[in-house]
Amino acid sequence: MENFANILLLLVILLNFFILGSARLGACIRSVALQGAMLSLVPVLLHHGSPHSLILGGAALLLKGFFMPWLLFRAIRQVQIRREIEPMIGYVPTLLLGTLATAGAFIFSDQLPLIEAHKGSLAIPCGLATLAAGFLMLITRRKALTQALGYLIFENGIYIFGVLLSEALPLMVEAGVLLDLLAAIFVIGIVMNQINREFASLNVQNLSSLRE
Amino acid sequence: MNLLFWSWGILLVGGLAALFPGLPRQFARWLGCCSAVAGCIFGLGATIDSLGHGPATYMYPWTVPGGAVSLSIDGLAAFFLVPIFLIGLLGAIYGFGYLADSSSRTPGKIWFFYNLLILSMTLVVTAANGMLFLVAWEVMSLSSFFLVIDDHKQSEVRRAGLLYLLATHLGGACLFAFFLGAGTLCGSLEFSVFSRLATLPPIAASTLFCLMLLGFGSKAGLFPLHVWLPEAHPAAPSHVSALMSGAMVKVGIYGMLRMLSFFSVTPAWWGWLMIVAGLGGALFGIGMAATQSDLKRSLGYSTVENIGIIFFALGFWLIARAEGHTLAASLALTGGLLHIWNHALFKSLLFFGAGSILHGSGSRNLNRMGGLLGRMPVTGLTLVAGAMAVGALPPMNGLVGEWFIYRALIESGGEAQGMAGFYPLVLMGLLALVGGMVILVFTRLIGIALLGQPHHHSATTAHESGWPMLAPMMVLTGLCLVAGVLPTLLMGPVAAAGAILGHPLLLPRKEWISAMWLGLGGGGIILMIGMVVIVTKIFSRKGSVGSASTWGCGFQVPTFRMSYSAEGYVELAQKGLFCSCLRPQISGGRAISLFPGPAELFHRSTDLVLTRLYHPVFARSADLCSRLRRVQAGIVHLYLFYIFLATILLLGWVAHFQG
Repeated sequence: MENFANILLLLVILLNFFILGSARLGACIRSVALQGAMLSLVPVLLHHGSPHSLILGGAALLLKGFFMPWLLFRAIRQVQIRREIEPMIGYVPTLLLGTLATAGAFIFSDQLPLIEAHKGSLAIPCGLATLAAGFLMLITRRKALTQALGYLIFENGIYIFGVLLSEALPLMVEAGVLLDLLAAIFVIGIVMNQINREFASLNVQNLSSLRE
Repeated sequence: MNLLFWSWGILLVGGLAALFPGLPRQFARWLGCCSAVAGCIFGLGATIDSLGHGPATYMYPWTVPGGAVSLSIDGLAAFFLVPIFLIGLLGAIYGFGYLADSSSRTPGKIWFFYNLLILSMTLVVTAANGMLFLVAWEVMSLSSFFLVIDDHKQSEVRRAGLLYLLATHLGGACLFAFFLGAGTLCGSLEFSVFSRLATLPPIAASTLFCLMLLGFGSKAGLFPLHVWLPEAHPAAPSHVSALMSGAMVKVGIYGMLRMLSFFSVTPAWWGWLMIVAGLGGALFGIGMAATQSDLKRSLGYSTVENIGIIFFALGFWLIARAEGHTLAASLALTGGLLHIWNHALFKSLLFFGAGSILHGSGSRNLNRMGGLLGRMPVTGLTLVAGAMAVGALPPMNGLVGEWFIYRALIESGGEAQGMAGFYPLVLMGLLALVGGMVILVFTRLIGIALLGQPHHHSATTAHESGWPMLAPMMVLTGLCLVAGVLPTLLMGPVAAAGAILGHPLLLPRKEWISAMWLGLGGGGIILMIGMVVIVTKIFSRKGSVGSASTWGCGFQVPTFRMSYSAEGYVELAQKGLFCSCLRPQISGGRAISLFPGPAELFHRSTDLVLTRLYHPVFARSADLCSRLRRVQAGIVHLYLFYIFLATILLLGWVAHFQG
């Protein structure tokens, strides 16, 4: 079971790279959805199907695997875009940065003073790497939609950490985090529509005209 | 203590109620004024109660880290509470008349901040916890800032307000550093444990001293941190100027004294630093006061001068204490403390008078006044009394404090051996120079503004102010006279304050008695001269002496333009006495040929410290900082990048130090 979870986590990292290097929005949304769905399996696998982890995993699967992708696909249909054009930093440099960040995450997690149970676990470096990938996505992409995706990846990274603690973390907290996420995606969807209407594009950079 | 809480409650509730929107203007005015008066009366009651029954303390927990609502009224606090409440009370009555015809839409606003200023000042003075002290200090700074910019439609006022805000916050930053350092070193922010400061190593103690000198000095108007003072005082309404100059500036000195009371042993160079700053401020302030044509600005510089004298006295106290000259130290401390009260009394009187002139003649410019004594007799006479007090002329109160300071210098000069006895004498000479300049400044003020002929048509239509404004001035004049003639009345409060400062004032009673005789005797001499003048006038009326207008100089048709202007009066002193840095910028004004055409004279006196020191420094730092604006580019991605970078750096830091 542990091994299977580790394979899932490695797949998550590979998906990070795929998303960082892809220009097609549809593919990105699908990858993020897949990532979320896979992650929802991890707690079930790690905790051998305890009821707590089942509820958590089920909710995460529904939200991240199905509902949010549906929302985002609906959004890109409404605003009629398919591709991310001219990112702030090109795809190849972003991929390189992502590689560096992943390597850094693995090195860093070796240095952390962890409890015995978590020593050598793949979850920590994977979580850190996913956080970094989400951050990179947020920094390098211009479209509001890709920002939303970055935010989702970011949350996936936090979720991986949460998995380690899911025995200790109350269900309400997890549920709260998921609800937060949902609300945030809703807000970004609305913002997307507003930016689109105001500037006739989805470019977040237009917001810089709002500074003092 | 309960009386003090009542006082604060009345001030706060009254101020807030006056602020209530939609209140009729007259009602708001009455509410603001009455609450201020009632609050101050309760406060005075609390102070007198504590002077009678000994120190009172109060303690209540507060959730702020390191903070507690711990209050105490001891001798030192009471010594400062009296002038704050007294001037607050008189200023409220005065302000009621002064603001009667102001066209402000919200008359409650100024009363709210006025009440808040009194409240916060008294809270600063009674606070016995560093956190509470800082909070009250900030409230005091901000409420006085809002009072200064009351007339914010004028750009000059806004500029003065900005300067004040900047100065007060830079000073406040030093105080934060001071309390942080002192609190860490002592283990708590309670003043009761601050006595551990006395055991600090010299370097730490001296750093703390420099921080508090900067922090409290900037509030007190200590040279060269005084630059806000001559700007803010003319900008504020006159009763606020009086409260600021009479009381708020003293709160800075209170802070200095309170913190010094925790150091039982002080190195002599602390005292020398205070003396240099104080004496420099006294000379600079009085020199600048002489060249200002703005009445209130001139008074503001005179405050700088008086604060300089107070710091001089306190510095000398530290030196004499460090050298073991007990009597000289007692004399210097007594002189400094007395001058605090005396300055509070006469400077608020002078600001009230200046406000009354502004109210009556519509101008602060000395060159637009003249001959006001005849049109505004009460204002004029009280101003003359105030000028006598500030000039240390008997029988007014300014003399007593300075007398003790001179006595300290003489005593120290007599006790010291060899060359060491020389310094006090040099200091005495410099202090005497300041005293002479004060006479010059205030004869100018009286001569140009009150005597002679009107310099401008606006002065011919000047009218006397109403009773709400005149009564406080008369009360203050009376108090100045009483304090000058019967200084022995102040013995108790001064001794109580001195006891807190670790210096039981072992001043022989005969010193006080001699000060009293000085006031009485000097007053008698002046009274005699006055009587001689009156008697000769009565007798000479029988003869025929032709009368002509003042400064007529024998011309057939003299005009006011032939009389001395405010600038012309000090020209001689300017040329002979001032160092070149103090001289005002003068251009034009030369008429050379036999039949000269019209000529113009340009005269401007700017504060050298402000224009040569602070402006360049701040302009340069603003220049440097403007490059930082690039950091705030308005790009969301960049901001996210900052967060990312900070996270990575923090993670790296954790890995490096904990891994």
